[in-house]
Amino acid sequence: MPQKLHFSLVSPERELFNGEVDQVEASGTEGDFGVFPDHAPFMTALKEGFVTVHDEGQLILFEVQGGFADVTPQGFTILAEHAREVVIAPP
Amino acid sequence: MASLKELRNRIASVKATQKITKAMQMVAAAKLRLAQDQAQNARPYAQRMAAVIANLAAGVSGAGAPRLLVGTGEDQNQLVVVATSDRGLAGGFNSSIVRAAREHINRLIADGKTVKLLVVGKKARDQLRRGYSDRIVAFHEAGAKPSLEAAQPVANEILALFAAGEVDAVTLFYSRFKSVVTQTPTSIRLIPAEVQAGAAQVDLKGAAYEYEPDEETILATLLPRNIVVQVLAAMLENQAGFFAAQMSAMDNATRNAGDMIAGLTLIYNRTRQAQITKELIEIISGAEAL
Repeated sequence: MPQKLHFSLVSPERELFNGEVDQVEASGTEGDFGVFPDHAPFMTALKEGFVTVHDEGQLILFEVQGGFADVTPQGFTILAEHAREVVIAPP
Repeated sequence: MASLKELRNRIASVKATQKITKAMQMVAAAKLRLAQDQAQNARPYAQRMAAVIANLAAGVSGAGAPRLLVGTGEDQNQLVVVATSDRGLAGGFNSSIVRAAREHINRLIADGKTVKLLVVGKKARDQLRRGYSDRIVAFHEAGAKPSLEAAQPVANEILALFAAGEVDAVTLFYSRFKSVVTQTPTSIRLIPAEVQAGAAQVDLKGAAYEYEPDEETILATLLPRNIVVQVLAAMLENQAGFFAAQMSAMDNATRNAGDMIAGLTLIYNRTRQAQITKELIEIISGAEAL
Protein backbone atom coordinates (compact mmCIF):
# COMPACT_ATOMS: atom_id res chain seq x y z
CA MET A 1 0.00 0.00 0.00
CA PRO A 2 1.74 3.18 -1.12
CA GLN A 3 1.74 6.15 1.20
CA LYS A 4 -0.84 8.87 0.65
CA LEU A 5 -0.78 12.60 1.27
CA HIS A 6 -3.57 14.26 3.23
CA PHE A 7 -4.55 17.34 1.26
CA SER A 8 -7.15 20.00 1.96
CA LEU A 9 -8.01 23.13 0.04
CA VAL A 10 -10.16 25.70 1.80
CA SER A 11 -11.33 29.15 0.84
CA PRO A 12 -13.20 31.57 3.14
CA GLU A 13 -16.43 30.54 1.43
CA ARG A 14 -16.09 26.78 1.71
CA GLU A 15 -13.93 23.68 1.84
CA LEU A 16 -13.23 22.63 -1.75
CA PHE A 17 -11.23 19.51 -1.16
CA ASN A 18 -10.33 17.28 1.75
CA GLY A 19 -8.93 13.81 1.35
CA GLU A 20 -6.03 11.48 0.68
CA VAL A 21 -4.16 11.94 -2.61
CA ASP A 22 -0.93 10.89 -4.32
CA GLN A 23 0.56 14.24 -5.29
CA VAL A 24 -0.30 17.96 -5.41
CA GLU A 25 1.26 20.72 -7.49
CA ALA A 26 0.84 24.41 -6.75
CA SER A 27 2.37 27.77 -7.70
CA GLY A 28 4.19 29.54 -4.93
CA THR A 29 5.36 33.14 -5.13
CA GLU A 30 8.90 31.79 -5.51
CA GLY A 31 8.01 29.20 -8.11
CA ASP A 32 5.94 26.13 -8.73
CA PHE A 33 6.36 23.16 -6.46
CA GLY A 34 5.05 19.66 -6.06
CA VAL A 35 4.26 17.89 -2.82
CA PHE A 36 4.48 14.15 -2.29
CA PRO A 37 3.79 12.23 0.92
CA ASP A 38 6.40 12.83 3.65
CA HIS A 39 7.45 16.22 2.33
CA ALA A 40 9.60 18.35 4.64
CA PRO A 41 7.71 21.05 6.66
CA PHE A 42 7.32 23.96 4.33
CA MET A 43 5.30 27.12 4.10
CA THR A 44 4.86 29.60 1.29
CA ALA A 45 2.58 32.26 -0.06
CA LEU A 46 0.74 31.42 -3.26
CA LYS A 47 0.34 33.45 -6.39
CA GLU A 48 -2.48 33.24 -8.90
CA GLY A 49 -2.39 29.92 -10.63
CA PHE A 50 -3.58 26.37 -10.72
CA VAL A 51 -3.45 23.67 -8.11
CA THR A 52 -3.31 20.18 -9.58
CA VAL A 53 -4.28 17.18 -7.50
CA HIS A 54 -3.12 13.74 -8.67
CA ASP A 55 -4.89 10.73 -7.31
CA GLU A 56 -5.00 7.23 -8.74
CA GLY A 57 -4.19 8.56 -12.18
CA GLN A 58 -7.05 11.07 -11.90
CA LEU A 59 -6.49 14.81 -12.16
CA ILE A 60 -8.45 17.44 -10.28
CA LEU A 61 -7.71 21.04 -11.15
CA PHE A 62 -8.39 24.15 -9.08
CA GLU A 63 -7.87 27.78 -9.89
CA VAL A 64 -6.47 29.67 -6.91
CA GLN A 65 -5.95 33.41 -6.42
CA GLY A 66 -3.52 34.09 -3.63
CA GLY A 67 -3.32 32.43 -0.26
CA PHE A 68 -0.98 30.25 1.73
CA ALA A 69 0.30 26.71 1.50
CA ASP A 70 1.30 24.83 4.61
CA VAL A 71 3.04 21.47 4.47
CA THR A 72 3.44 19.52 7.70
CA PRO A 73 4.07 15.83 8.34
CA GLN A 74 0.31 15.59 8.91
CA GLY A 75 -0.51 16.82 5.44
CA PHE A 76 -0.80 19.69 3.06
CA THR A 77 -3.21 22.58 3.56
CA ILE A 78 -3.94 25.41 1.16
CA LEU A 79 -5.67 28.48 2.53
CA ALA A 80 -6.81 30.20 -0.65
CA GLU A 81 -8.27 33.67 -0.87
CA HIS A 82 -10.40 32.71 -3.83
CA ALA A 83 -10.60 29.26 -5.30
CA ARG A 84 -12.79 27.34 -7.66
CA GLU A 85 -12.70 23.94 -9.25
CA VAL A 86 -11.91 23.84 -12.94
CA VAL A 87 -13.92 21.28 -14.82
CA ILE A 88 -11.70 19.58 -17.34
CA ALA A 89 -13.62 19.00 -20.53
CA PRO A 90 -13.43 15.37 -21.68
CA PRO A 91 -11.19 14.99 -24.72
CA MET B 1 -67.07 45.85 28.80
CA ALA B 2 -65.87 46.64 25.31
CA SER B 3 -68.51 47.10 22.66
CA LEU B 4 -68.95 44.61 19.84
CA LYS B 5 -67.44 47.01 17.33
CA GLU B 6 -64.34 47.57 19.46
CA LEU B 7 -63.86 43.81 19.82
CA ARG B 8 -64.24 43.30 16.07
CA ASN B 9 -61.60 45.94 15.41
CA ARG B 10 -59.19 44.42 17.90
CA ILE B 11 -59.57 40.95 16.41
CA ALA B 12 -58.92 42.33 12.93
CA SER B 13 -55.85 44.18 14.18
CA VAL B 14 -54.35 41.13 15.93
CA LYS B 15 -55.01 39.05 12.83
CA ALA B 16 -53.11 41.57 10.71
CA THR B 17 -50.19 41.46 13.15
CA GLN B 18 -50.23 37.67 13.07
CA LYS B 19 -49.96 37.72 9.29
CA ILE B 20 -46.90 39.96 9.52
CA THR B 21 -45.14 37.85 12.16
CA LYS B 22 -45.94 34.69 10.21
CA ALA B 23 -44.47 36.20 7.04
CA MET B 24 -41.34 37.35 8.93
CA GLN B 25 -40.92 33.88 10.37
CA MET B 26 -41.03 32.30 6.94
CA VAL B 27 -38.63 34.84 5.46
CA ALA B 28 -36.20 34.25 8.35
CA ALA B 29 -36.48 30.48 7.88
CA ALA B 30 -35.66 30.80 4.19
CA LYS B 31 -32.71 33.09 4.82
CA LEU B 32 -31.51 30.96 7.72
CA ARG B 33 -30.76 28.03 5.46
CA LEU B 34 -28.38 30.04 3.30
CA ALA B 35 -26.76 31.81 6.25
CA GLN B 36 -26.29 28.52 8.09
CA ASP B 37 -24.59 26.95 5.08
CA GLN B 38 -22.29 29.94 4.71
CA ALA B 39 -21.35 29.94 8.39
CA GLN B 40 -20.63 26.23 8.40
CA ASN B 41 -18.70 26.34 5.13
CA ALA B 42 -16.52 29.13 6.46
CA ARG B 43 -15.54 27.23 9.59
CA PRO B 44 -12.83 24.96 8.09
CA TYR B 45 -10.92 27.96 6.76
CA ALA B 46 -10.93 29.80 10.07
CA GLN B 47 -9.96 26.62 11.91
CA ARG B 48 -7.09 25.78 9.55
CA MET B 49 -5.92 29.37 9.74
CA ALA B 50 -5.89 29.14 13.53
CA ALA B 51 -3.96 25.86 13.34
CA VAL B 52 -1.35 27.32 10.99
CA ILE B 53 -0.88 30.32 13.25
CA ALA B 54 -0.64 28.12 16.33
CA ASN B 55 2.09 26.26 14.49
CA LEU B 56 3.99 29.39 13.63
CA ALA B 57 3.54 30.85 17.08
CA ALA B 58 5.29 27.82 18.57
CA GLY B 59 8.25 28.44 16.27
CA VAL B 60 8.78 32.17 16.51
CA SER B 61 8.64 32.98 20.20
CA GLY B 62 11.26 35.53 21.14
CA ALA B 63 12.15 39.15 20.64
CA GLY B 64 11.85 39.08 16.87
CA ALA B 65 8.28 37.79 16.87
CA PRO B 66 5.71 40.02 15.14
CA ARG B 67 3.67 42.15 17.49
CA LEU B 68 0.39 41.05 15.95
CA LEU B 69 1.21 37.55 17.13
CA VAL B 70 2.62 38.15 20.58
CA GLY B 71 1.17 41.59 21.43
CA THR B 72 2.99 44.65 22.67
CA GLY B 73 3.78 43.13 26.02
CA GLU B 74 1.25 45.43 27.67
CA ASP B 75 -2.48 45.26 28.24
CA GLN B 76 -3.29 48.79 29.34
CA ASN B 77 -5.17 49.85 26.21
CA GLN B 78 -7.92 47.43 25.33
CA LEU B 79 -10.06 47.43 22.22
CA VAL B 80 -13.35 45.57 22.41
CA VAL B 81 -15.05 44.79 19.11
CA VAL B 82 -18.76 44.04 19.52
CA ALA B 83 -20.54 42.54 16.54
CA THR B 84 -24.32 42.21 16.41
CA SER B 85 -26.93 42.43 13.68
CA ASP B 86 -28.39 45.61 12.23
CA ARG B 87 -31.96 44.74 12.95
CA GLY B 88 -34.00 43.59 15.91
CA LEU B 89 -37.16 41.51 16.35
CA ALA B 90 -35.01 38.52 17.13
CA GLY B 91 -35.70 37.93 20.81
CA GLY B 92 -32.69 38.33 23.06
CA PHE B 93 -30.13 37.72 20.31
CA ASN B 94 -28.47 41.14 20.22
CA SER B 95 -28.98 41.87 23.90
CA SER B 96 -27.16 38.72 24.97
CA ILE B 97 -24.08 39.62 22.92
CA VAL B 98 -24.12 43.16 24.30
CA ARG B 99 -24.61 41.87 27.85
CA ALA B 100 -21.56 39.59 27.57
CA ALA B 101 -19.52 42.45 26.11
CA ARG B 102 -20.68 44.87 28.79
CA GLU B 103 -19.61 42.51 31.57
CA HIS B 104 -16.17 42.26 29.98
CA ILE B 105 -15.90 46.03 29.52
CA ASN B 106 -16.92 46.75 33.09
CA ARG B 107 -14.38 44.25 34.38
CA LEU B 108 -11.64 45.94 32.33
CA ILE B 109 -12.67 49.38 33.53
CA ALA B 110 -12.68 48.16 37.13
CA ASP B 111 -9.13 46.94 36.56
CA GLY B 112 -8.16 50.46 35.53
CA LYS B 113 -7.66 49.71 31.85
CA THR B 114 -8.36 52.12 29.04
CA VAL B 115 -11.18 50.63 27.00
CA LYS B 116 -12.06 51.58 23.45
CA LEU B 117 -15.03 50.17 21.58
CA LEU B 118 -15.49 49.32 17.94
CA VAL B 119 -19.06 48.35 17.15
CA VAL B 120 -20.36 46.40 14.21
CA GLY B 121 -24.12 46.39 13.73
CA LYS B 122 -26.70 49.05 14.45
CA LYS B 123 -28.07 47.21 17.48
CA ALA B 124 -24.70 47.11 19.20
CA ARG B 125 -24.31 50.84 18.58
CA ASP B 126 -27.78 51.65 19.89
CA GLN B 127 -27.33 49.60 23.05
CA LEU B 128 -23.74 50.59 23.81
CA ARG B 129 -24.32 54.28 23.16
CA ARG B 130 -25.98 54.36 26.55
CA GLY B 131 -23.15 54.53 29.04
CA TYR B 132 -20.18 54.05 26.74
CA SER B 133 -20.75 56.67 24.06
CA ASP B 134 -17.40 58.37 24.70
CA ARG B 135 -15.54 55.07 24.32
CA ILE B 136 -16.86 54.15 20.89
CA VAL B 137 -14.16 54.90 18.32
CA ALA B 138 -15.86 53.57 15.21
CA PHE B 139 -19.05 52.05 13.93
CA HIS B 140 -19.62 49.75 10.96
CA GLU B 141 -22.87 48.34 9.70
CA ALA B 142 -23.22 44.60 9.73
CA GLY B 143 -24.74 44.76 6.26
CA ALA B 144 -27.30 42.47 4.69
CA LYS B 145 -24.72 40.02 3.42
CA PRO B 146 -21.49 39.26 5.27
CA SER B 147 -18.59 39.06 2.85
CA LEU B 148 -14.87 39.66 2.73
CA GLU B 149 -15.63 43.13 1.39
CA ALA B 150 -17.71 43.88 4.48
CA ALA B 151 -15.18 42.42 6.92
CA GLN B 152 -12.17 44.16 5.40
CA PRO B 153 -12.92 47.73 6.61
CA VAL B 154 -13.50 46.48 10.15
CA ALA B 155 -10.21 44.59 10.11
CA ASN B 156 -8.40 47.58 8.60
CA GLU B 157 -9.70 49.78 11.40
CA ILE B 158 -8.48 47.30 14.02
CA LEU B 159 -5.07 47.03 12.35
CA ALA B 160 -4.77 50.80 12.01
CA LEU B 161 -5.52 51.33 15.70
CA PHE B 162 -2.98 48.68 16.61
CA ALA B 163 -0.34 50.01 14.25
CA ALA B 164 -0.81 53.50 15.69
CA GLY B 165 -0.07 52.08 19.12
CA GLU B 166 -3.48 53.10 20.46
CA VAL B 167 -4.43 49.61 21.56
CA ASP B 168 -2.47 46.71 23.01
CA ALA B 169 -5.06 43.96 22.93
CA VAL B 170 -8.19 43.31 20.90
CA THR B 171 -11.13 41.12 21.85
CA LEU B 172 -14.04 40.31 19.56
CA PHE B 173 -17.57 39.57 20.79
CA TYR B 174 -20.12 37.79 18.64
CA SER B 175 -22.66 35.03 18.84
CA ARG B 176 -21.65 31.53 17.92
CA PHE B 177 -24.26 29.60 15.96
CA LYS B 178 -24.56 26.24 17.69
CA SER B 179 -27.92 25.15 16.35
CA VAL B 180 -31.21 26.67 15.32
CA VAL B 181 -32.26 26.86 18.97
CA THR B 182 -28.93 27.78 20.61
CA GLN B 183 -26.68 30.70 19.89
CA THR B 184 -24.02 31.44 22.48
CA PRO B 185 -22.36 34.81 22.95
CA THR B 186 -18.66 34.13 22.49
CA SER B 187 -15.47 36.15 22.66
CA ILE B 188 -12.14 35.55 20.98
CA ARG B 189 -8.88 37.44 21.33
CA LEU B 190 -7.68 38.81 18.01
CA ILE B 191 -4.47 40.48 19.17
CA PRO B 192 -2.29 38.95 20.46
CA ALA B 193 -3.40 36.01 18.35
CA GLU B 194 -5.14 33.42 20.44
CA VAL B 195 -3.34 30.11 20.47
CA GLN B 196 -5.63 27.44 21.84
CA ALA B 197 -3.95 25.35 24.45
CA GLY B 198 -5.34 22.11 23.11
CA ALA B 199 -4.76 22.94 19.46
CA ALA B 200 -3.19 20.16 17.49
CA GLN B 201 0.51 20.60 17.98
CA VAL B 202 2.23 19.45 14.84
CA ASP B 203 5.09 17.08 15.31
CA LEU B 204 7.70 18.12 12.78
CA LYS B 205 9.66 14.92 13.38
CA GLY B 206 12.85 16.87 13.91
CA ALA B 207 12.73 18.71 10.58
CA ALA B 208 12.85 22.50 10.48
CA TYR B 209 10.15 24.57 8.88
CA GLU B 210 11.12 26.11 5.60
CA TYR B 211 9.60 29.39 4.52
CA GLU B 212 9.33 30.93 1.08
CA PRO B 213 10.06 33.80 0.62
CA ASP B 214 10.83 34.01 4.36
CA GLU B 215 9.16 33.78 7.75
CA GLU B 216 8.63 37.50 8.28
CA THR B 217 7.10 38.13 4.88
CA ILE B 218 4.67 35.28 5.32
CA LEU B 219 3.69 36.27 8.84
CA ALA B 220 3.30 39.90 7.76
CA THR B 221 0.60 38.87 5.29
CA LEU B 222 -0.84 35.96 7.21
CA LEU B 223 -1.53 37.75 10.50
CA PRO B 224 -3.58 40.68 9.10
CA ARG B 225 -5.35 38.14 6.93
CA ASN B 226 -6.24 36.16 10.04
CA ILE B 227 -7.97 39.21 11.55
CA VAL B 228 -10.12 39.65 8.44
CA VAL B 229 -11.02 35.98 8.45
CA GLN B 230 -11.94 35.98 12.13
CA VAL B 231 -14.10 39.08 11.67
CA LEU B 232 -15.78 37.52 8.64
CA ALA B 233 -16.37 34.26 10.50
CA ALA B 234 -17.93 36.21 13.38
CA MET B 235 -20.20 38.10 10.97
CA LEU B 236 -21.30 34.87 9.28
CA GLU B 237 -22.00 33.20 12.61
CA ASN B 238 -23.96 36.28 13.67
CA GLN B 239 -25.99 36.27 10.49
CA ALA B 240 -26.98 32.62 10.91
CA GLY B 241 -27.70 33.10 14.61
CA PHE B 242 -29.74 36.21 13.92
CA PHE B 243 -32.07 34.48 11.48
CA ALA B 244 -32.43 31.49 13.78
CA ALA B 245 -33.28 33.77 16.71
CA GLN B 246 -35.64 35.81 14.58
CA MET B 247 -37.36 32.69 13.32
CA SER B 248 -38.10 31.38 16.79
CA ALA B 249 -39.05 34.84 18.10
CA MET B 250 -41.52 35.27 15.24
CA ASP B 251 -42.83 31.73 15.73
CA ASN B 252 -43.58 32.64 19.35
CA ALA B 253 -45.20 35.89 18.31
CA THR B 254 -47.41 34.10 15.79
CA ARG B 255 -48.50 31.60 18.41
CA ASN B 256 -49.22 34.35 20.95
CA ALA B 257 -51.29 36.22 18.38
CA GLY B 258 -53.26 33.01 17.75
CA ASP B 259 -53.98 32.64 21.49
CA MET B 260 -55.06 36.27 21.64
CA ILE B 261 -57.41 35.88 18.69
CA ALA B 262 -58.99 32.81 20.30
CA GLY B 263 -59.50 34.71 23.57
CA LEU B 264 -60.94 37.78 21.90
CA THR B 265 -63.26 35.72 19.70
CA LEU B 266 -64.61 34.00 22.81
CA ILE B 267 -65.33 37.34 24.49
CA TYR B 268 -66.84 38.65 21.26
CA ASN B 269 -69.25 35.72 20.94
CA ARG B 270 -70.22 35.89 24.61
CA THR B 271 -70.96 39.60 24.34
CA ARG B 272 -73.02 39.03 21.21
CA GLN B 273 -75.03 36.25 22.89
CA ALA B 274 -75.62 38.40 25.95
CA GLN B 275 -76.87 41.22 23.79
CA ILE B 276 -79.28 38.93 21.88
CA THR B 277 -80.60 37.49 25.14
CA LYS B 278 -81.08 41.00 26.50
CA GLU B 279 -83.01 42.06 23.41
CA LEU B 280 -85.22 38.96 23.59
CA ILE B 281 -86.04 39.63 27.24
CA GLU B 282 -86.95 43.21 26.35
CA ILE B 283 -89.29 42.09 23.53
CA ILE B 284 -90.96 39.36 25.62
CA SER B 285 -91.50 41.53 28.66
CA GLY B 286 -92.77 44.26 26.36
CA ALA B 287 -95.29 41.82 24.85
CA GLU B 288 -96.41 40.62 28.32
CA ALA B 289 -97.04 44.13 29.46
CA LEU B 290 -99.60 44.68 26.73
